[in-house]
Amino acid sequence: MDYHTMRTFADSWGLLAMLVFFISASAFVFRPGSRDTSAEAALIPLKDDCDER
Amino acid sequence: MRHATSIVGLGVFSFLAILAAAFAHDNAFANHMWVLAIVLVISVIVLLRRENFQRAAPVDPSAYMDGPVRYGVIATMFWAVVGLLVGVVVALQLTYPALNIEPWFNFGRMRPLHTSGVIFAFCGNALICTSLYVVQRTSRARLFGGDLAWFVFWGYQLFIVMAATGYLLGISESREYAEPEWYIDIWLTIVWVAYLVVFLGTIVKRKEPHIYVANWFYLAFIVTVAMLHLVNNLSMPVSFLGSKSYSAFSGVQDALTQWWYGHNAVGFFLTAGFLGMMYYFVPKQANRPVYSYRLSIIHFWALIFLYIWAGPHHLHFTALPDWAQTLGMVFSIMLWMPSWGGMINGLMTLSGAWDKLRTDPIIRMMVAAIAFYGMSTFEGPMMSIKTVNSLSHYTDWTIGHVHSGALGWNGLIAFAALYYMVPKLWARERLYSMRMVSWHLWLATLGIVVYAAVMWVSGIQQGLMWREHDEQGFLVYSFVESVAALHPYYLIRSLGGALFLSGALLMAFNITMTILGYQRDEAPIGGALPAPQPAE
Repeated sequence: MDYHTMRTFADSWGLLAMLVFFISASAFVFRPGSRDTSAEAALIPLKDDCDER
Repeated sequence: MRHATSIVGLGVFSFLAILAAAFAHDNAFANHMWVLAIVLVISVIVLLRRENFQRAAPVDPSAYMDGPVRYGVIATMFWAVVGLLVGVVVALQLTYPALNIEPWFNFGRMRPLHTSGVIFAFCGNALICTSLYVVQRTSRARLFGGDLAWFVFWGYQLFIVMAATGYLLGISESREYAEPEWYIDIWLTIVWVAYLVVFLGTIVKRKEPHIYVANWFYLAFIVTVAMLHLVNNLSMPVSFLGSKSYSAFSGVQDALTQWWYGHNAVGFFLTAGFLGMMYYFVPKQANRPVYSYRLSIIHFWALIFLYIWAGPHHLHFTALPDWAQTLGMVFSIMLWMPSWGGMINGLMTLSGAWDKLRTDPIIRMMVAAIAFYGMSTFEGPMMSIKTVNSLSHYTDWTIGHVHSGALGWNGLIAFAALYYMVPKLWARERLYSMRMVSWHLWLATLGIVVYAAVMWVSGIQQGLMWREHDEQGFLVYSFVESVAALHPYYLIRSLGGALFLSGALLMAFNITMTILGYQRDEAPIGGALPAPQPAE
């Protein structure tokens, strides 16, 4: 693969793949029902039982 | 024989180091191998003296492994003082050139000692020890790999010692923030893979179903730094037992690889890893969950997708193709979004607990750190715009920007994390002195403000003097005139650095006294609660 093939791939399919991944990752965060899961996850550090073991 | 393997291994490697010194290809390499041999022999002696022939107590698999974290806290504190001290020395060397003591202590060798000292020794140790602390507590699992965590800790210290002594001996690849030569790079790779195994193994065996967001940031930091380190250090040694190597790339490709590495060292070492700290220690100290967990996930993905492209803004107006320069600039500007999203997320974690700002200097320090994060991530993209960069590039403005980020964001959030962890790690009721934390915060903040402000003035003056030309197109100032004009600013800059260093010394004293188990007799901050008055 020479420089130009790679360059063309990077600014077409590579770019698209990354954009699609980013948009789906962001959409997944706001899927229905994620509010409760994330509220629960946010509390992980605050469950204090583990601090003084 | 608890240390049998380590003693034998270190013994063999000391012997190999002496052989390498004997058959060295060049003088510098021989000296460096003697340094290595001495360090290893001392470690063997220390381990032999600490050897204990009783059977080791069985390890409680449900208890956290905090030994390496405790050592890491002390190492962080130690390297912070060393790195900042060298910083003040190099600032004074720029002010008074007579302080350059040739050959070992001139500015050219001392500068990488300062940058690596604060980035890799201080910040690196802070990252390793906080990540091992956080991953255990948010996974509810003991560190994976047993003594591998000790290998990571001591292996990393050996990397620091070898890198630092190499710089003073004149061994350098001259790649910014990646100066160590090929054999030290290989060693760091081994240590880093062990670190990844410990961290990832702990996540894999977690008892908590969800991987907390702080661990995402830490993991991104570990994986990306491994990738950056490997690609940027692709080089060919001149000889198997020599200290010199040449990069696999040449010309502008080499420059781009270097700054792809350099900027992502900022983005992943000094940003992603430290955001991991923010997402654990700010909620803990405020005793409130992070403001928006979903925003923190978006913050994560946006940050890692954008940061990796921003490096070319270090090469504006060079031989780098124009499209690549513009790409770097555009991605830098887009970084405003995740950076400020993350800053807002960190600050708003305090909503409903803002009163703690009045009484808790550690929270105050965290808020100051996040504020500096916001300020320097605003300034950075602005400086990456080509028209601004044409004035700011190569001037002290850049130095000021780096320091408001490194001292303000990295320094303060790492100090705050140390203040949070130390009483917990050594089972102390509280720190030796809360008022000293407050003093530390103000000394540090004043130091940063003095430093950054004077570098703005000096940098812009420098940039303007360089481009000033008369009506016939001749430059008005020679370069050396612009150097001479900066003398007063450099003096004030050393003062700012000294203020920051004095705060760190206060912290070293405070934490040492806490570890030794003392408590200073002092009035609580915010005063005692007022006695309730009966209603009339």
